[in-house]
Parts: sequence; structure tokens; C-alpha cells
Amino acid sequence: MSNFQYMRASALDEAAAKVKGAEDGAVLAGGMTLLPSIKLGLSSPSDLVDLGGIGDLAGITSAGGSVTIGAMTCHADVANSGDVPPALAAMASGIGDRQVRNRGTIGGSIANNDPAADYPAACLALGATINTDQRSIAADDFFTGLFETALNDGEIITSVSFPTPDKAAYQKFTSPASRFALVGVFVAAGSDGVRVAVTGCGQGGVYRDADLESALAASFSADALADKSVSSDNLLSDIHAAADYRAHLIVEMTKRAVAACG
Amino acid sequence: MPDGNATGIGASVPRKEDRRFITGKGNYTDDINRPNQTYAYFLRSDIAHATLNGVDTSAAEKAGGVVAVFTGADLAAAEVGGVPCGWALTFQNGDPMKEPGHPILAQGKVRHVGDPIAVVIAESRKQAKAAAAEIKVNLSDLPVVVDMTKAIEGGQSVHDEAEDNICFDWAIGDKAEVDAVFEGADHVTSIDIVNNRLIPNSMEPRVAIGDFEDSTGDYTLYTTTQNPHVIRLLMGAFVLKIPEHKLRVVSPDVGGGFGSKIFHYAEEAMVTWASAQINRPVKWTSDRSEAFMSDAHGRDHVTKASLALDKDGKFIGLKEETLANMGGYLSTFGPAIPTYMHSVLMAGVYTTPVIYSNIIAVFTNTVPVDAYRGAGRPEATYIIERLVDRAAREMGISQVELRRKNFIPEDAFPYQTPVALAYDSGNYNATLDTALKNGDVDGFDARKAESAKNGRLRGIGYSTYVEACGAAPSAVAGALGARAGLYECANVRVHPTGSVTVFTGSHSHGQGHETAFAQLVSEKLGMHTENIEIVHGDTEKIPFGMGTFGSRSLAVGGSAIDKALDKIIDKSRKIVSHILEAGEGDIKFADGNFTVAGTDKTMAFGEVALAAYVPHNYPLEELEPGLEETAFYDPTNFTYPAGCHVCEVEVDPTTGVTEVVKFTAADDPGTVVNPMIVEGQVHGGIAQGIGQALLEGCSYDDNGQLLTGSYMDYTMPRADNLPNYVVSTESTACTHNPLGVKGCGEVGAIGSPPAVINAIVDALSDLGVTDVAMPATPQTVWRAIQAAK
Amino acid sequence: MTTVSMTVNGKAVSAEAAPDTLLSDFIRESLALTGTHVGCDTSQCGACVVMVDGSSIKSCSILVVQAEGAKVTTIEGLASDGELHPMQKAFHENHALQCGFCTPGMMISAIDLVNKNPDLSEADIRHGLEGNICRCTGYHNIVKAVQAAAAEMKG
Ligand SMILES: Cc1cc2nc3c(=O)[nH]c(=O)nc-3n(C[C@H](O)[C@H](O)[C@H](O)COP(=O)(O)OP(=O)(O)OC[C@H]3O[C@@H](n4cnc5c(N)ncnc54)[C@H](O)[C@@H]3O)c2cc1C
Ligand code: FES
Ligand code: FES
Repeated sequence: MSNFQYMRASALDEAAAKVKGAEDGAVLAGGMTLLPSIKLGLSSPSDLVDLGGIGDLAGITSAGGSVTIGAMTCHADVANSGDVPPALAAMASGIGDRQVRNRGTIGGSIANNDPAADYPAACLALGATINTDQRSIAADDFFTGLFETALNDGEIITSVSFPTPDKAAYQKFTSPASRFALVGVFVAAGSDGVRVAVTGCGQGGVYRDADLESALAASFSADALADKSVSSDNLLSDIHAAADYRAHLIVEMTKRAVAACG
Repeated sequence: MPDGNATGIGASVPRKEDRRFITGKGNYTDDINRPNQTYAYFLRSDIAHATLNGVDTSAAEKAGGVVAVFTGADLAAAEVGGVPCGWALTFQNGDPMKEPGHPILAQGKVRHVGDPIAVVIAESRKQAKAAAAEIKVNLSDLPVVVDMTKAIEGGQSVHDEAEDNICFDWAIGDKAEVDAVFEGADHVTSIDIVNNRLIPNSMEPRVAIGDFEDSTGDYTLYTTTQNPHVIRLLMGAFVLKIPEHKLRVVSPDVGGGFGSKIFHYAEEAMVTWASAQINRPVKWTSDRSEAFMSDAHGRDHVTKASLALDKDGKFIGLKEETLANMGGYLSTFGPAIPTYMHSVLMAGVYTTPVIYSNIIAVFTNTVPVDAYRGAGRPEATYIIERLVDRAAREMGISQVELRRKNFIPEDAFPYQTPVALAYDSGNYNATLDTALKNGDVDGFDARKAESAKNGRLRGIGYSTYVEACGAAPSAVAGALGARAGLYECANVRVHPTGSVTVFTGSHSHGQGHETAFAQLVSEKLGMHTENIEIVHGDTEKIPFGMGTFGSRSLAVGGSAIDKALDKIIDKSRKIVSHILEAGEGDIKFADGNFTVAGTDKTMAFGEVALAAYVPHNYPLEELEPGLEETAFYDPTNFTYPAGCHVCEVEVDPTTGVTEVVKFTAADDPGTVVNPMIVEGQVHGGIAQGIGQALLEGCSYDDNGQLLTGSYMDYTMPRADNLPNYVVSTESTACTHNPLGVKGCGEVGAIGSPPAVINAIVDALSDLGVTDVAMPATPQTVWRAIQAAK
Repeated sequence: MTTVSMTVNGKAVSAEAAPDTLLSDFIRESLALTGTHVGCDTSQCGACVVMVDGSSIKSCSILVVQAEGAKVTTIEGLASDGELHPMQKAFHENHALQCGFCTPGMMISAIDLVNKNPDLSEADIRHGLEGNICRCTGYHNIVKAVQAAAAEMKG
């Protein structure tokens, strides 16, 4: 491991101050992304500020047609929660493995914005709001590129609020080795209309597919996509899936997600 | 099984070794720490092919905690040898294979990503790693050779000794004769095959600790090896020139090997040598990422093969041309795997009368390739069984019928194949019948219809295989280029109170020898396995050994134990004869008791042991006291496990996802000593076979960068990728070893891959698909479907 | 260096550790509990799984300082008074281990799985163990063992 200082914050402002005060500080949530990257030398922060001691950052509350998940809530707690939309719980239960879900957090996942992560698709499709220690950001404005977000340096996510959808489902086609999303499609229908978010595919990370959305807005059924295809331009290619195969799977996973919406 | 003895041959005795593993008390090499130990970190090339102009270690030497830094130049100056190759092949014209040197640390050139350039030794692993980052390596890139087909065109060579990158071009069989048969054949089936490169991935990464004792000049190497004596011989005699009596190699609990821990690796020699230089112990623990680029890989063949048949479907000839990847250097057994472990198996279970196999071994800028579970035989089986499957489809003959028609019949054993091997025994119809029954093949059509209702394509695939293991008759191996004997050694020590310790040259890294070998003793001496200890993995304790690989432990190591036990019983009989005053010929031994025919005189084995160590009433003039015997067993032939694997898959045609939904194996491992352990070995082998067929594939880009360098990209079979397996045995005894055993360690990995792929081809045959490459990942299967549209 | 204190296998322990020390290294090196293994550097193999405050986690992916004050159970702490845990017994009886390297992490994952859901189908078990790689057994006997242990743990 690289040499870093470790600090445990007990309040949000303390954490923010510590990150800002450090030469190259980072907050530590579940550590399931940050620690492996430090181990492999892919990241070398000077200071880690552990959010684990800030009690009010974890937990799930629902009120007035929306549910708010604290940034430090681990995937397992979301997966087992009866308060979150079932599609969200199901999505969380498919992140990584049991031990990853016991540690990894929603805040860490969203802040990291891995192009193959699951949560970003849920946030986009459900029209979530990301709340930080400084402001609230609409999901549509939050995910700005590969591993890039709208967060300022040192800005800390405190929670994510999800409006309750009328219908929603997530279909994940897992990458065989890593088991991240090779293609993940989150479909939601609600007051905002139909939203289709795609993860694992975009060269710029998670995105909404306007074409699929308008087809489904016209008719919310798998059949509406029978002759649909999406372009493979701007899609990722790797040893597990070239762009054309991803393009094919996007449509297929969208159909399955729509079917799962019932 | 003798009465009252529940731990003899044939009993599923729970494993004696389990207790320490399930309570966390195993003793793996990384669990060992020596006083005053230092830590080694290897700086490895991140470029696949380059000239090494120089290495500047001055900054690293001054870094915190650093004890020493060594480079290839230091080793050259000290005249340290290179890693030797254990098998010498020849070109077709008899010329020796090209055998370039394999230095411990790179000299002059780096030849694959992961090639070690320097080693830093420091007070902690962290310091060693940090200091390595301070080393300045001056490399000039060279064009990279990755693809074998391009490599043999020449133009750029991995080694100056082999301009066209050909290590050897070897063949078995008469090409002209085989070509003539093909000319006259009614039907010829051909196939192009890539046997995918695999990365062994035992869960325990390799570890080595060198420990030099200045006051005595003794060296100890603790290492994760499958064969400590072989490492002592190779490293002592060829690399470091340390005589055996000054070099001890200990390989304690080892967390899986699958072949990859047979070979002598540079890191072992490095820590041993360095320990003497700094006069402190040196420990190296491989990271997983490091293992991906430094453990020998397996398979990696590119083959063109054809099968000639007459109008009735009789096989009349078979030929193959194979490019076999050797990687950047020759590993210990590298040259033997595609030849003497492969070509000689090309008859399979069939009576094919003429066979030609041509193997061209190729150097590339990749990690060395060597034995991985099955080693050569999975590649042979895959070729044969894919050809047979395709021939049956082309000729409209059923898969089962075509196989039966060509099986070597039960009454034809011993059977001389056209490719050197002579099979001693087998019953291929019996294992086929059992697999058909246990796999409910009759019910397949109904299951297929059921799958179709759910939009899934169901297919069934067969593989009837034979392999050769129990290596090997030393004289034969020697004539074929082996540079070592392939016998095994056992020492049986009976203690004064009658309990027994066996010192075996075999090595268990998961196979359960401590139990199965004890069962051999239990059976023969009529005592419970509780009173028997099996010791392995330490050259100081065990007289000698060739170790565990190629499913040889029971067939060769077990037979050595059996031979030593015979000597124990012979000597005991002499002692009994003296004490009970009876002729040796009248003394019978059964169930742990010596009895004198026609009398009620009896003496328990324990009493004999006591008499041997307290020789008050003892034939001292003729017989030495004590009861301990050593035996070396050199087999007269290989053993030939065989069997039938039947696989059923379901393919989702829209995504290409393939699931193995049913897997049935009926194997003939010879005499079964412990059915539970045999089943476990077969399970594990099948998982690796399904892994090769569906999931695993090592991939390099054109620059020689490893694209599958971690579990993020190299797909390891996990619990939810695999089904339950239906396994059973249908044994015929090996005729030439005293136990009748053949082997079971590799059959799963050898038999299963073609069964899986044949099943996928069957599932997709209605769509017009005739071939699917391994690993049949969703993308690969989807593309095969698209291409057939 | 900071002082870390926690309860490991029922015993209070306290030791000096650098802030970048992983829990796995602390357990293996400072506490000399070598039953916890390290099989990868990408947090994927599960050889290092231990129980922390009742949940299975990968000890290679948590800093020891993050486990300050926690209750940690390693493989060495499963048996009590020489009496094997039902999972240990089931692994032995069902031949669910060969080389034993994955076994400690595998058993702790399995115990967590059964603790949280005693009624597991074969598919649940296979899915629940996806974070633990075994190269030896082909998983067949591991699944059997977990089923047997689940039945016994239910009592
Ligand atoms: C084996 C394995 C498999 C995985 N599989 C999947 C998968 O299938 N799908 C998937 O989506 N993910 C997967 N992950 C990633 C996992 O979900 C991580 O938990 C997640 O990406 C990061 O969350 P964390 O809490 O662990 O964050 P950390 O690793 O602690 O932090 C990640 C990054 O986010 C920053 N950060 C953390 N919290 C905050 C915050 N509140 N505010 C601002 N910045 C913050 C950190 O500074 C750091 O840069 C996997 C991980 C592993 C190890
Ligand atoms: S060591 Fe592999 S997951 Fe922890
Ligand atoms: S028993 Fe060897 S890895 Fe599981």
C-alpha cells in the first residue's frame, strides 16, 4: 500500500474540512473501489478521511413519494430494504458479491461513476437527486464522463433521493469475469415519462437513450422494440464484448426490463 | 476390504488432513516466517520484447530498508546458471531442438511481459516494492512476436538461436502412408481448432523462502512446489551448483498446483542464492497479478486435423498439424507436453490404424507454456472428439453408434496403438453405457422440447476419451528425451509399537494422499488409518521422489508404498518364522495377524514390530533388527484411464448465454481406493474443463500485453457457473501395477471440454452452426449464430 | 503508527499498526492467525473473508483502522471448546475441500449466508458464494456441505 494518513471524521463538516486541508485528500466510504486501486498503485491519495463514523450518513427514509438513501448505506442494506422501489433493491442485490455488498456504499458508487457500475443507471432512470454537503444535483447533470461527476473537489455526497416510479426494472448482463455490468439497462416509467438509462456501454459512461425512450413512450411494451436497433458508434469495446454485441444487448436488455415491469 | 477394517481400499474414509485446514491450522509456505527474514520484490518487464541496455539500481540501493539489489549482470558475474529444461526433443531429421538459455534475471533482452529484470531485497515487502520503483531500466523496444502463425514466418525472432522462432518441428507416424489412406477414403472430416491458452490459477499464489545457514553452509528452500526433490535436483545441479546434501527443499501444505507448481522457477533460485549473499533469509510472495505473468500458462495449440473414414464410418486414418506455443522460454516440461503427452494419444479410444501428428513448437513473446491439468491430453481429446462429432453429423450416423463402431473392443487389450502407446486394459462400451444411463440420454428429446418452450436451445454432446498417466517407465521416458527418471520412492517405517509412518516422494496439494495412501497401508497391514501417518514434502525426511503430476501419485507413488509394504511383510514373516518356530512357507498374513498353517499359533503385526526393535528372541545372525523398508517403483507402462462424458447445455439464442444444465461422467480410474476422493478429483477436473470450454481464455494484444491479467478479465469458474455433476466409475484394473490403479486427477479436465462444445454445436445445429470456438463465451456463441444466419 | 484495538475470536487484542495496514495483513502478521489467506489483489477471490460485526467481509479490502472496536471472527475462532462449527463438520464430512486454501474464506461466507437466510435453494447457495473462488472442488461438494450445515444450524 502507499503511505497515506488516515483520519476518521465524526461529523460531515469535520470530514469536509479534513479533505480540503489535505494535500490530496479523499473520502473513504466502503473502500471497495478506493482500497483496491490504492493497492494496485492506480490511486495514491495523501490522506483518507473515513466517513464510517458519521452516523447520520447511513440509512433509508421515505417520505412523500420519494425515498432517500444515505450516502454511507451499503448495497446489502438497500437490497434488503422494503422501503426502496423493488427494482432498486433488486439492482443492489446484483452488485458485486455478498462481501462487496456488505461494504460498498451508494455514495461511493455514484461518486466513482465507473462506466460499468449499476447505481448510475438507477439514478438516471429514476430521476434521482444527489444531495451533497453543498447542494442538490439532478442525476441528469451529475454523471459527466468516465469516472467523472459534477462533484467539486472535496464535495461530499450525503444522500440520494429517488422519486417512486410507477414501473421500473433493471436488467443486467454481467461481464463474465468482473461481474460488473457488461450491459445494464434501467427502465422506469413515472410522472417524468419513460426513462431508459444504459450502463456498461457508453464511451462517456452511463447515458439515457432518447430513441428507446421515445419508442417506449409511444407504447410501453417489449413489442414496441421489436424492430429497434441502436447504433454501436460511441459504445465501448473490450475482449468480452465488441460494440456491436453491446448494441444488440442494449435492445435485448431493454426489452427484458420492460417485460419485467409487468 | 478386510473384515473389521473400515479404512482399507474401497472405503470413503473422510480425509485425515482436513482437520488442520478447516480450523485454519494449515501450514502453507506463506505462513512460514524465518527469524531475521528479508523480503524480495521482483521488478518485471512491462514490455514484451526489448533489448536490455542497462539497469541502474543506484537509487534503489539507497532507498529505505533496502538490503540488496541484484540484476542479471550480478548473476552472470557469479556464474549462476539458467533455468534448465527437463526434456529434449528433436527435429524430424534428428537435430536437437533449439534450446536458448533462460536466465534467472533477464540478460540482454526481455522476452515477455513479466520477465524479471531485477530483485530488490529489503526489510519489508513494502520497502522492497517502493525501492523497485526507483530502478531505472534502459530498454529499446523490439518488434513483438505473439501470433504463432506469424512467428514462424520469421523476420523477428524471440531468440537468436531460433531465427524462425521454431523450437522444434517434430512428428510421429508415416506421413506418406497416412496421406495415401486419405486419398482413398470415402469420407474425410476436417477441422481447424484453437486450443485456448489457460492460466492455471491455483488459489495459493507461489511463495519461496531461501534460508542459508552460514555456520554449516546449508541451504533450505521453502517453496510451493509439487515435487521438492525435482526442484532440489534442477536448482542444485544446474542453477546454483549446490550439492544435494547441502540443500533441503521443503514444500509444506500447498494450495493447489494443477501442473503450474511442477516447474523450477527463477524466483526459487533467486531467493536461495540471495540468502547466501546477504546471509539472511529471503522471502518472496507472489501477488496474483504477478502470478498471471509469471506462472507457466497451459494449452495454446493451433491445429488443423482430419479424420478419414470408409463408407461404413470406420476410421481409417487421422492426421494433425499443430503449432504449440512454448512462450518466451522453455519451461521444465514445455517441449514434452505437445509431443509425448499429446501426439501419442491421437488414437484415442479408437482402432484408427494409421496416424500422423506433426508438432511445431514456437517461441513467442509470451509467458512460458507448460503442463496444466491434463497437459497435452486434453488437446488430443479435443481434436479427436470434435472430429468424431463432426464426422457423425456429416455422415448422418448417430454419435453413439459411430463411437461404438470404432472403439477398441474389450477383447483387444493389450492394444498397440499406431502412435507408440500400448493400452493395457479398458472397457469403453461399459463407461459409455453407464454415462448414457446415468445421463438419461433417452429422455433428452423431451427435455429439449421443454427447453424450446422457454426459448432455449438444448443440445447434447459426447466425449469418449482415454488418457495416459502414471508417468512413467524411466527407460521409455529416457529414450523419448526425458532428462530424469520417473519412478517413485517410498519408505515405510514401522515403529516399535506397530504404528506406521510412510515417507513418500509423491506430494499432496489437495489430492488427499494422507488419507488414500494410509488406506493402502491399512488394507495391507490390517490396521486403522489412525495409526498411519503419511509424510511428504521435505527432501530431508524423504529418501527421494519425483513428486506429483500427471496423475502419477497412486499409480507410481502408491505402488512404491505397496512394494515397501511387501518387503515389510517378508521381513516380518522371517521374524515370525523364528519366534513361532515355523517354516516361512507355512506362515500366512491376513487382517493384521500372522498365523501358522495347521496350528493355532498366531502373532499380531504389532508384536512382530516390537520383536524387531527389542530383538531378544530374534534371528540376529540372518536378520537386522528394526522394521523399516524403502522401495523404488519404476512402472513398466503408463496407465490408461478412460471414460465417457455427456454434457447438456441450454443456449439463449438472443444473447448467446450458454448454461451447462446436466453433466454426466463415467470414468475408469482403475481400482478405486477412496471413492469420495475420486469423485472430488473428477468434480474439480470437470469444473476446469467446463472453465476451458465456456469461460477461461488468456488473451494477449499485438504488443504482447496481457489483456487477461487479473480476475477482472480472466474468467474463473464460480459456483453459479457450474451445475452439479453426476459422476460414477466403471473400473477395469490396470494390469501392470500391483494396485490395479490408473488415475483420476486429470480425467475431468481431459474428457469434458469436447463434450461441452459438441453440446453447443448440437444445440445450434438447427441454425446451421457447425463450430464454436473455446471459450464459448456469450459473445462467441452469439457471433456463431449471427454468422450462420 | 496508531494503536488499534478490537476483539478477535472473542479475545481483546491491541497492537500498533501503520494506517495503511490491511486487516488481512494485520490478522496474518501481527496476530499470526495464518488461517486467513490472501489469494488475489483485486478483491475478488474471497480467500481472505472474515466475519466483522456479524457480516462477512473481505479482509484484504478494509484497513485495520476501519475495524477499530469491531468484533472479528476468523477461521481460527469458529470452533468453540474443540467442538467444530456445523459448517466445519459439514465441509469435512462432504469432502468440500481439497487443497484447503479457499476453505476458510468459503466457510465464513457460507456461515454468513446461512445465518441471514436459513432456507436456501441450491441456486441461492451457488449465487451466495459467487465471491469465493475455489479452483479444486468444482463446488459440487461445497454446495452439498452448505446444505448439510444449513440443516444442522437450523437445529
Ligand atoms: C469484487 C468487486 C465487484 C464489484 N462489482 C460491482 C458491480 O457489479 N456493480 C457495481 O456497480 N459496482 C461493483 N463494485 C464496486 C462497488 O459497488 C463499490 O462499492 C463502489 O463502486 C464504491 O463504493 P465504496 O463505498 O466502496 O466507495 P470507496 O471505494 O470508499 O470510494 C470510491 C470513490 O468514491 C469517493 N467517495 C466515496 N464516498 C463518497 C461520498 N459520500 N462523497 C463523495 N465522494 C465519495 C471516494 O473518495 C473514492 O474516490 C464491485 C467492487 C468489487 C471490489
Ligand atoms: S484476497 Fe482475494 S478477495 Fe481478498
Ligand atoms: S480447496 Fe483448493 S481452492 Fe478450494
